[in-house]
Amino acid sequence: MKTPLIQVKGLSSGYDGVALMENMDFTVDTGEIFVILGGSGCGKSTVLKHMIGLVPPVKGQILIRGTDIGAAHGETRRTLRRSFGVAFQNGALFGSMSVLENVRLPLDEYTDLPREAADQAAMSQLNRVGLAGHAHVRPDQLSGGQKKRAAIARAMALDPEILFLDEPSAGLDPLTSAELDQLILNLSRNLGITFVIVTHELESIFTIADNGILLENQARGIIARGNPKTMAAESSHPYVQDFFHRNPQSQGNLP
Amino acid sequence: MDTPAQLRCPSPQLLELSGRLDADACQILWDHPLESGAAKTVVLDLSGITHLDTAGAVFIRRLIRQYKTNDVQLKPRGLPTAFATLLAPVLETPDCPPEPGRDMGQIQRAGRGLHSLLTDTTEFIRFTGELLWTLGYLARHPGQIRIKEILTVAERAGVNALPIVALISFIVGLVMAFQSAVPMKMFGAELYVANLIGMAMVRELGPLMTAIVLAGRSASAFAAEIGTMKINEELDALTVMGLDPMQVLILPRVLASTLITPLLTVFANLMGILGGAVVILSFDYPLVAYTQQVVSFVTWVDFVGGLVKCFVFGVLIAATGCLRGYHTGRGPSAVGEATTSAVVTCIVLIAVFDGIFSIIYYRLGI
Repeated sequence: MKTPLIQVKGLSSGYDGVALMENMDFTVDTGEIFVILGGSGCGKSTVLKHMIGLVPPVKGQILIRGTDIGAAHGETRRTLRRSFGVAFQNGALFGSMSVLENVRLPLDEYTDLPREAADQAAMSQLNRVGLAGHAHVRPDQLSGGQKKRAAIARAMALDPEILFLDEPSAGLDPLTSAELDQLILNLSRNLGITFVIVTHELESIFTIADNGILLENQARGIIARGNPKTMAAESSHPYVQDFFHRNPQSQGNLP
Repeated sequence: MDTPAQLRCPSPQLLELSGRLDADACQILWDHPLESGAAKTVVLDLSGITHLDTAGAVFIRRLIRQYKTNDVQLKPRGLPTAFATLLAPVLETPDCPPEPGRDMGQIQRAGRGLHSLLTDTTEFIRFTGELLWTLGYLARHPGQIRIKEILTVAERAGVNALPIVALISFIVGLVMAFQSAVPMKMFGAELYVANLIGMAMVRELGPLMTAIVLAGRSASAFAAEIGTMKINEELDALTVMGLDPMQVLILPRVLASTLITPLLTVFANLMGILGGAVVILSFDYPLVAYTQQVVSFVTWVDFVGGLVKCFVFGVLIAATGCLRGYHTGRGPSAVGEATTSAVVTCIVLIAVFDGIFSIIYYRLGI
């Protein structure tokens, strides 16, 4: 049997020992686009932060290729970190650097590539996301959509196996959002990158997601899992129906 | 684990690249010398590639370009299909453009510097004009003066700065008295240290030290506060609500700073003179002798002269801090730049204006 790329076992997510969500188990397979769904403030981004080893979970394990990210130290952690890229919600591009320098930073940090090679590799990533013409521009001169794409280019600088994206479509117009979805699909299909995406944009979810989980505040955990289209069509849970059909009837949706 | 990539040239018409072509292999192969034969077309056999990443693809792109400069066509062949989707976009990527301004000449640099200086000066003049206009407007409409805001800023920038101003002035007075008392004692003139301390503190060091402390403490705070507000679009929010940022934010800070700087200076003068007294007392002179010496030597003209400077320094500190904050650029680093610029500009302006005052006082015979 094929081992999943990411295994989340008995995860209780939260901060400082206080769990927001409890006993979550799910797996992400190689090459799939996996979405973490849920209402605003339910703790989706916190789960993502546990998965990338930024915040230790309250309880449970996150295994990437069988290695527990929470227990990994030294060279193992560095190798693990090199295997994934992260694009944060607001891009988190460094304002003091140009877009090209932002994308080149992981290459400078993790490899000893000559400057010319690193520049051209960063340029290739920018070209891939359609920002080759903005290499020497400062991030504050980019639009919202361009910032997200630049963040994806930076996340891809080391050709990672997995890309974690935190709300990539948030705050974007429908056209830019659709372009970003297309980019994710292209990267997934052409380069075989596995995506773990935190989102609540329905349009985007139905377009790109292969699999996912839906979190809910009151249940303090996962209430549905699988392909979002199947979840929307088959789940009898009232919150799942309300979430996918934009029906504001359920109580306690607001954070 | 695959073997690292190797580049071989079995014949003049064939180049073989095999193994794991990733960033680590690429850094080794990057400066690999190329053999140039007489062939006009060379085949690049990639069938032995076991792994390819973007850096590796960039290396293949470089090989093709290098051969092209020698009028040799390098034809890639046999790349496993799994990697073809990675290589194709890299081959199509345009060259990394040179960083603009990197090769700027001395004249261009000087021109940019001059342009920046002129822009700064124009901004300062415009800002001062706007400030004076708002001040005139408020003089005609005193009901719109934000007394509460002025008092809050005065407390933050003035009252809370009292301990640091007191400490620095006391130490300056003490050190200066000690350093001058030792040589003056050789002439039996150590009591005249009182004259030196009194005059130096009241005319120069009291106003100067206070202004420098306020430049580091308040000007930076004003610049950071207003700069952050600008980045968060709070200034725009004020404007669309019909509130003038100059009237609501900047003028209260300028007025508070102008009022509080002379008061802090009076306190700084006293603390400096007190610092000198400690040294004189250690030379077994009575406190009354020291006090009388100071009072008889320092005149009201010296005192008022020092205070007049302080008003100007107060305006400079608040106006520069607010101006830098108001003209903060975009991005998070801009606030840091505005804050640094506010402190540096303030200190330079304080030094320049102190010099101007010295000349004016000298001409007036004060």
